[in-house]
Amino acid sequence: MIKAVMVMNTQGKPRLAKFYEYLPVEKQQELIRRVFAVLCGRAENVSNFIEAESIFGPDSRLVYKHFATLYFVFVFDSSENELAVLDLIQVFVETLDKCFKNVCELDIVFNYSKEMTLLENIFWIHTILDEIIFGGQVLETSSAEVMKAVEEISKLEAASNAITLIPKSASGWRSR
Amino acid sequence: MNPFSSGTRLRDMIRAIRACKTAAEERAVVRKECAAIRAAINENDQDYRHRNLAKLMFIHMLGYPTHFGQMECLKLIASAGFPEKRIGYLGLMLLLDERQEVLMLVTNSLKQDLNHSNQYIVGLALCALGNICSAEMARDLAPEVERLLQFRDPNVRKKAALCSIRIIKKVPDLAENFINPASSLLKEKHHGVLITGVQLCMDLCKVSSEALEYVRKKCIEGLVKTLRDIANSPYSPEYDIAGITDPFLHIRLLKLLRILGQGDADASDCMNDILAQVATKTESKKNAGNAILYECVETIMSIEDNGGLRVLAINILGRFLSNRDNNIRYVALNMLMKAIVVDAQAVQRHRATILECVKDSDASIRKRALELVYLLVNESNVKPLTKELIEYLEVSDQEFKGDLTAKICSLVEKFSPEKIWYIDQMLKVLSEAGNFVKDEVWHALIVVISNASDLHGYTVRALYRAFQTSTEQESLVRVAVWCIGEYGDMLVNNVGMLDIEEPITVTESDTVDAVEVAIKRHTLDLTTKAMALIALLKLSSRFPSCSERIKDIIVQNKRSLMLELQQRSIEFNCILQKHQNIRSALLERMPVLDEATFSGRRAGSLHTAISTSTGAPHNLQNGIAKPAAAPIADLLDLSSDDAAAPSSSGGDFLMDLLGVDLSPASAPSGTSQPPKAGTDVLLDLLSIGTSPPAQSSSSASDILSSSQDNKAPLANLNGLASLSSLPANATSPASPVPMMDLLDGLGPIPQKHEENGPAYPSLVAYESSSLRMTFNFSKQPGNPQMTLIQATFTNLSPNVYNDFLFQAAVPKFLQLHLDPASSNTLPASGNGSITQNLKVTNSQQGKKSLVMRIRIAYKMNNKDVLEEGQINNFPRDL
Repeated sequence: MIKAVMVMNTQGKPRLAKFYEYLPVEKQQELIRRVFAVLCGRAENVSNFIEAESIFGPDSRLVYKHFATLYFVFVFDSSENELAVLDLIQVFVETLDKCFKNVCELDIVFNYSKEMTLLENIFWIHTILDEIIFGGQVLETSSAEVMKAVEEISKLEAASNAITLIPKSASGWRSR
Repeated sequence: MNPFSSGTRLRDMIRAIRACKTAAEERAVVRKECAAIRAAINENDQDYRHRNLAKLMFIHMLGYPTHFGQMECLKLIASAGFPEKRIGYLGLMLLLDERQEVLMLVTNSLKQDLNHSNQYIVGLALCALGNICSAEMARDLAPEVERLLQFRDPNVRKKAALCSIRIIKKVPDLAENFINPASSLLKEKHHGVLITGVQLCMDLCKVSSEALEYVRKKCIEGLVKTLRDIANSPYSPEYDIAGITDPFLHIRLLKLLRILGQGDADASDCMNDILAQVATKTESKKNAGNAILYECVETIMSIEDNGGLRVLAINILGRFLSNRDNNIRYVALNMLMKAIVVDAQAVQRHRATILECVKDSDASIRKRALELVYLLVNESNVKPLTKELIEYLEVSDQEFKGDLTAKICSLVEKFSPEKIWYIDQMLKVLSEAGNFVKDEVWHALIVVISNASDLHGYTVRALYRAFQTSTEQESLVRVAVWCIGEYGDMLVNNVGMLDIEEPITVTESDTVDAVEVAIKRHTLDLTTKAMALIALLKLSSRFPSCSERIKDIIVQNKRSLMLELQQRSIEFNCILQKHQNIRSALLERMPVLDEATFSGRRAGSLHTAISTSTGAPHNLQNGIAKPAAAPIADLLDLSSDDAAAPSSSGGDFLMDLLGVDLSPASAPSGTSQPPKAGTDVLLDLLSIGTSPPAQSSSSASDILSSSQDNKAPLANLNGLASLSSLPANATSPASPVPMMDLLDGLGPIPQKHEENGPAYPSLVAYESSSLRMTFNFSKQPGNPQMTLIQATFTNLSPNVYNDFLFQAAVPKFLQLHLDPASSNTLPASGNGSITQNLKVTNSQQGKKSLVMRIRIAYKMNNKDVLEEGQINNFPRDL
C-alpha cells in the first residue's frame, strides 16, 4: 500500500501532499520537513531510495525522484515493489507533463500561464493523482488511460458549465 | 456577498503567501484569508465556493488548520451538479479529520452517489469512499460497492475493486461476499481492471483463509496462464514501459502467486515453469525489467522449495549486486537479507561484493550492506570481516561512523574467539571512532579487561600507546585512564610482557603526564576528567615518587568551575594529606569485576530476555543466569555484602564504578547539582579504610532516603553548598567518627541543626489530579525572618513529566530565593520526586503571613502542561 505522495520543491516547500492514512496536519508537515531534510543532503548520482523507517515507522519505504526544482516522493510499505514505484512516479510525472506542459519547470501550484488559473491546478492535480492512486492502491499505470479519464471529467465539467472558471474544453486546459 | 472573500483570487493569495519573508508574515496572510473564508461560509456565499475551497486546500497543504471547511465540502457534495460534487469530494478527502459526525453525514450522500445514473459521479463517490471509509461506512456501503464490481464501465469496475480492498481491510468479516466477484475480475481482458482484480484477490487472501483456499483451487491455473500470456505478448503500447509489456501487471501477478505458493507444494509446483521462464527471459537492461526480476526472485524465495529455481534466483541477485545502477544494487541487498534465512550458504558466496557495498558512496546502500554483513558474520569469518570493517572505519564518512561502530562492537563482542583479539579490536575501534562508542560497550570492555588478569600489562601498554596518538576519542581516553589508574605499575615495569609486544619505556612521570593531559584537555567532558582525577589518586599510591606532583594537579582542580571536580579534588587532597595511613588500602586495585552480573544488568537494561544461557565462555552476551543479586555496585564497596543490591541497572554502572556524576545536564555548568546516586560509591570507597563501619552496607541508599526523611537538616545544608549529595549527609548519628574526619576539610559540620527538628508541620501546598507539592519548613537559628522551604513534587499520573519547571512569585514584603531543582524530570506514579529549596524572607514577620503564587510547567507526552495556583495556608508565624 502506498502511504503518502508528496511533491516538494528544492526549498522544501510542499507543492502537493496526499496521505492515504489519516494523519493530523501538523504531523504531515513534520514528515514533509524530515523527508526534505534527508533529501536535500543527497548527492545527484545516488540511489532513489532512502531509509524511511526512522521517519514513517516500521515497514516503510521511500522512493523519490528529482526533476529540476521538484522532488516527487512516494512512501509505501513492503507490499509494493520499490523499482515498480519508481516507474509509477515516472507515470505520474509524464501524465502531469502532458497535462500541463513541462511540469519540471513550473511549480505545480504556481503556474503563471495566462488562462489556466491556479484554482484549477490544485483540483486537477488531485484529480490526476486520484486516477493513478486510489486509496493507497495503484489504480492505473497507463498514462494514456489516466489522460483519457481526466479528459472525460474535464468535458463533463465544461458541459455542466456551472462554474465559469472551468475552461471550455479539455484541449483548453491542456494547451495552455 | 462578503466583501473580503471576493477580494483575493487564489492566485493572488498564493502570490501573497510566497512573497512572505517570514513565517509570521505567512501566518498573518493565512489568518486573514481563513477569516474571510469562514465569513463566506457563514454567509452561505455561493459564488466563491469553488475558489474558497481551492484556497483551503492550498492552506491545508501548508499545514494550517482547515477543519472548518469540512461542512462546506458536505454541502458541495450534497448539491446536484458534477463540478460541485467533484470539488466537494476532493476537498473532503484532504480536509477530513476523522470526526465521526462528519463521516456519518457523508455516508448518506455517498450511498446516493454510488447509485447515481452518472458513472462519473459514481467514480467520485468510489474514490472518496476508498480514501476515507471507516468500518461503519464499510458495513453500510459494501453491497453497493460489491454490485459496482460488475458495472459496465471498466473505470468504475477498477475503482470498485480497490474500494473493496479498503472495505475488507476495515471489516474482514465482509471478505466472503467479495470472493466470487473478485475471482471473476481475474478473467478480465482490460489491463487496468485486471491489475486491480489481482490486487483485490491478494488482499482477500491475506484477510481470509477461505478466500486463499478458493483462489488456490480455482484461479491458480488462470493466473499462470495470464502471466504466460503477458510475458509472451507482443508489443502493446498502452501498458508498455521501456519495451516491456505491463510490468505492473507482471509484478501484481507474481505477488499473488507468491501468496498462493507459500506453504503449498502443489500450488508451488504449478508455477515453477512460468517463474523459470520469467526469471530467464526477462530483459534486464531497464528498470522495468529489473522490477519484474526482483519480484520474481522474491516469489521464488517464498514459495515451496525448488532447488533449481533458488539457484537461479540467487544468481539474479548476484548480477544485481554488480549492476552499475544504484537502485538495483539497493534492492539486491534488500532481497539478500530475506534470502539469508532461506539459503545462508548461497548468500555467503557474495560476501566480497556485499562488503564492497558497505563502502559505497550512497548512504542508503551502505546502510543496507552493513546490515547484511552483520547477518553474514559467524565464528568462522569474524576475523577477516572485522578487519575489513575496521579498516573501512578509518576512511568512512562521519555520519556513517556511528552505525558502523555499533555494528563492529556488537560483532566483536558476539563472536570473539579469544579475549586478546577482543581487546585488540576494541582498542582499534576506540582509537578510530571512540566518540561513537556507546557507554555500555566500553563498560563491557573494562569488565573484560578486569577479568583478563594475564593481559592487564599488555592492555595498559596498548592503551597508553593508543592514547598518545588519539586524545580526542572520549571513550578511548576513559578506558585508558581507568586502566592506567588500575594497572599503572605494569605500564612502567613492563609486567606480563607478551611475545608479540614491542617493549616500551614509560617512566612514572610519563604516566602521570598522560593522565594530566586528560584532565587539562578542555575538549574532554566531565566524566572523563573525573575518571582521570581518580586515576591520579590511585597512581599516587602506586608511584610514591610522583605523589607531590599528583597532589599539585589535584589541588589545581580545587578551582575547577565544575563542582564535581572541585569537590573531588578537595576530598582527594584530604586523603593525600591527612590520611596517609589508610591511603594504600583505600587505593588498592579494584577486585575483578563480575562478568555475569554486568551482562545481567546490561541485558536487564536492554529489556532482552535473559532466560537462555548457552554460556560459551567468551560470549559476553550469554552466561547470564542470576539476576543482579551481586551487583557491580559492590565494585568499590569492599566492605559491603550483597545486601546493597541497587534497584536500577545498567546505566549507573559507571556511577558505581567511579562515583562520578554522569548526567550530561550537570556537565555544562558547574553550579547544577550532581545527582545523589553518583557519590554513593565514593562514600563507600572512603569507608573502605574504616573497616566495616557501624553504618550498614546499604548506606548508599540510606543516605538517599535519609536526605528525604530528615528534610530540615538537608535544607540547612543547602546553605552550605546546595548539595544534597554531599557526603556530609553521612553525619547521621550512626556514622562512625573516622568518616567525619575525612571530611573535616569541608568546614562547619551541620550536625547541630538536627536538634532544631521540624518545628512546623509540613504542608500540602498544592495538589491537582496530576501533581502534588508538599512544603517542609525550617528556620535557621538567629534569622527568624528567613524560612527555608523544601518543596517536594510528586507525580500522581502514570506519565513521566519532562522539562519540569517550578516558578513562584511573592508580594513585595517578601523576598524569595529559589535554588535549582534536584532534577527536571519527574518519574511517573510517584516513583520518585523532585525537590527544590526555597528561601523566603518575611520583612513583616509576625504581622503578615506568607503567601505565594506558583506556576508549574512541564511536558507530558511531549505536550506542554501548565498548572497554577496560590498558596494562602502557610503556617501563621513564618
